[in-house]
Amino acid sequence: MFGWEFPPHILGGLGTASYGLTKGMWECGDMDITFVIPKPFGDEEKHFANIIGMSQVPIAWRDVDRDYVEQRIGKLMSPELYYRLRDHIYADFNYMRTNDLGCLEFSGRYPDNLVEEINNYSICAGVIARTLDFDIIHSHDWLTYPAGIHAKQVTGKPLVIHVHATEFDRSRGKPNPTVFGIEKDGMNNADHIITVSNLTRDTVINNYGIDPAKVTTVHNAVTPLTPEQMDVHPTKPKEKVVTFLGRITMQKGPEYFVEAAAKVLKNNHNVRFVMAGSGDMMDKMINLAAERGIADRFHFPGFQKGKQVYEMLKASDVYVMPSVSEPFGISPLEAMQMGVPSIISKQSGCAEILNNVIKTDYWDIDAMADAINSIVTYPAMYNQLREDGLAEVNQITWDKAGKKVIDIYNKVINK
Amino acid sequence: MKAICFYFQIHQPFRLKRYRFFDIGNDHYYYDDFANDDIITRIAQRSYIPAAETLLQMIEESNGKFKCAISVTGTALEQFEQYVPEFIDLLKKLADTGCVEFLAETNSHSLASLNDPEEFAIQVRNHDMKIERLFGQKTKVLRNTELIYCDEMAPQILGMGYKGVITEGAKHILGWKSPNYVYCAASAPKLKILLKNDKFSDDISLRFSNPQWDQYPLNADTYINWIADTPAEEQIINLFMNMEVFGDFQPRETGIFQFLAALPRFAQERGVEFWTPSTAIAKLKPVAELSVMHPISWSDEARDTSAWLGNKLQNEAFNKLYSVAERVRLCDDRRLKLDWERLQSADHFFYMSTKHMADGTAHAAFSPYETPFQAFTNYMNVLADFIVRVEEQYPLSIENEELNALLTTIRNQATEIEALTKETESMRKNIEHFNDELKAAPAVEAPAEKAEKKAEKKAEKKPAAKKAPAKKAEKAKKPAAKKAAKKEAAPEKTEGETK
Repeated sequence: MFGWEFPPHILGGLGTASYGLTKGMWECGDMDITFVIPKPFGDEEKHFANIIGMSQVPIAWRDVDRDYVEQRIGKLMSPELYYRLRDHIYADFNYMRTNDLGCLEFSGRYPDNLVEEINNYSICAGVIARTLDFDIIHSHDWLTYPAGIHAKQVTGKPLVIHVHATEFDRSRGKPNPTVFGIEKDGMNNADHIITVSNLTRDTVINNYGIDPAKVTTVHNAVTPLTPEQMDVHPTKPKEKVVTFLGRITMQKGPEYFVEAAAKVLKNNHNVRFVMAGSGDMMDKMINLAAERGIADRFHFPGFQKGKQVYEMLKASDVYVMPSVSEPFGISPLEAMQMGVPSIISKQSGCAEILNNVIKTDYWDIDAMADAINSIVTYPAMYNQLREDGLAEVNQITWDKAGKKVIDIYNKVINK
Repeated sequence: MKAICFYFQIHQPFRLKRYRFFDIGNDHYYYDDFANDDIITRIAQRSYIPAAETLLQMIEESNGKFKCAISVTGTALEQFEQYVPEFIDLLKKLADTGCVEFLAETNSHSLASLNDPEEFAIQVRNHDMKIERLFGQKTKVLRNTELIYCDEMAPQILGMGYKGVITEGAKHILGWKSPNYVYCAASAPKLKILLKNDKFSDDISLRFSNPQWDQYPLNADTYINWIADTPAEEQIINLFMNMEVFGDFQPRETGIFQFLAALPRFAQERGVEFWTPSTAIAKLKPVAELSVMHPISWSDEARDTSAWLGNKLQNEAFNKLYSVAERVRLCDDRRLKLDWERLQSADHFFYMSTKHMADGTAHAAFSPYETPFQAFTNYMNVLADFIVRVEEQYPLSIENEELNALLTTIRNQATEIEALTKETESMRKNIEHFNDELKAAPAVEAPAEKAEKKAEKKAEKKPAAKKAPAKKAEKAKKPAAKKAAKKEAAPEKTEGETK
């Protein structure tokens, strides 16, 4: 499997989903999974998958002794694997900026030279493909499609790509041609395409012109919360708290949240709104909140990580995800796990599988305001959504998703 | 001797328009006129009108041997009057044949029987009045909303003057017993109970057009044969269903109208009669008492009240609604009372059901909302506005009982004032009488002293004597007014004005 993010060092939903799916497939048994990421930190969970970091894959021959390797990258990769990989270098990459081990540097994030990093990732993938023995290649999201294609060309093994998002979602319909090109190329070369929702499936079929028979939806799931994650005791204001949690970008529709907040606050003064996260639209949102005259009840605590996320959720009475276009959207499921009633846009993939949430169109701020008001005003509504939502979300597990992916593998291999 | 007792239900609620919480306090019109018009007109054209015409034709062709009962709710009648008045005429024609019995029920198809007996009685009375006004019939048999019934209700129903009640032949109540008899209520043995025969009713309303059913297609002769072949001592087969079954649930193309029209002919061949519920109750003796501990209904798999009061949302809305019941009864604003009835329709709660599986699809099929949560939010917003209006009528700080006492005082004000004016009048008369006596007194005195001395001075004295009694009369009036003021706070003002 080629991936870009892996917990605990994640930047968005991709890492969470990749992790959950891999673990879910491992739970189904009889699977030997190698998960490749650009840059491991050494604290990843390793018991269900071999984690290989591209930043430890040599692409240029260096004569280094075992002790040196052990000392340099010992906690990330065994020296044996390093030497095996070194034996499969397929071209002279000395012209590239390699380090003392013949490896490339990766940021593992989304830097400005992202396209270059994707290319480097693909070069390293060639080495891995020649070294390891496997039956199927699985690429998560467009960043790793070139690597998947490369591996397929080298080994002739079938390629499955996993579409967690498309450029159309990220750009609200104005795709970057380079990214679109990479995605289209990946889809054309894939033997099968997995999408995280029917919404994404439609995008893949209609906007990328892919044969529907080749595209299957496997909805995402959630990993059950650990007791430590549940056991947070945030301080709560005496007013009700309505939360938006996510990147403050065009895709997530933050302005609709602000507008809905303004509507609610006009009639109901027992509410506070929180927009947690960061992003390129944050300043604009702060301005908008001030313009609507609700800045005293509208808060921007900034980017939340780790435990803070759960504290934030636990302190909330309503969770809102007004995404304009959300391929899946795992965060409402996490909110539901914490027992927070959620309002989601109909334009999000998770709306396809959730019943005990309120669904509105992202642009329908009247409906959204109404729903927020209803949950904070009527205890029955709050309790009903909370309890049934909890029961529902506990049924959405990764092993079920994993099973579906394995079925797809079998179909592709036996073709 | 065997008989079929047909009863058709007609009901449409007033569906609510999309009502946002910022409308609360600003907009007091709650109904989606377009949807209501659209739905009732469509169903009337597809189902009610052709079904009623078929019934009329059946009655004519069988020379009045075909009989049935119809129950139509007040909210449906109001909508018919507004949008499909021709259907009211058809119902009147049916009523004129004398073969159709109209049943009693709550005016707005409400669940009042479950927690507010007083409200229940008022609504049934309103409905009875409406039926009598339109169709000239006095109802004898009660059909509660969705056939809801339990032991607790029986004494009240009997007390309201009904001889019989119609309910569901729920399996968990009947056990081994058959619904094809007349029963009587355990808590009020004089009240007779007719039970719906699930199997035969559902053959028509659910299975008729289902090609997967092993008896498909069902013909009228087969159907009558089934009924005729039931054990001889089972004398009454109660077929209760919605009228929309004909033409809407079972579309015209399935041949449902022909099936219905053919029933009397085959029934006559097999010696099966048609009775109305009141005939059945009059002719048959109850075979046993039937005890129903918890309310039953004809809805959903469980045949209980969970279709309307099954989850937290429904219970919250229901309790909120009835929390103002007493207050609303104290008001006499016509529009408020109208909204009060319409908001009680069971349908609003039906839409809030979060049941899944088989029952869920039934709930979703009827609901104008996309989700139960939307249904709840919308209803609660409307209810919030309604409660604001109720509160505007009388200040909340006054307790219901106190308010009631004050209102009685105000209502009795007129009679009280009348009594007081009478009192003052009689007092005035007394005073005049007293004056006359006074006038008479000097006249008696004068001759006693010296009548002949100053006869010309009499003329001067008389006006003076007149002035003095007038003053006295005013003084006498005041204590009377004070007395009245002590009695009442409210009449004091009016008394002051009359002064």
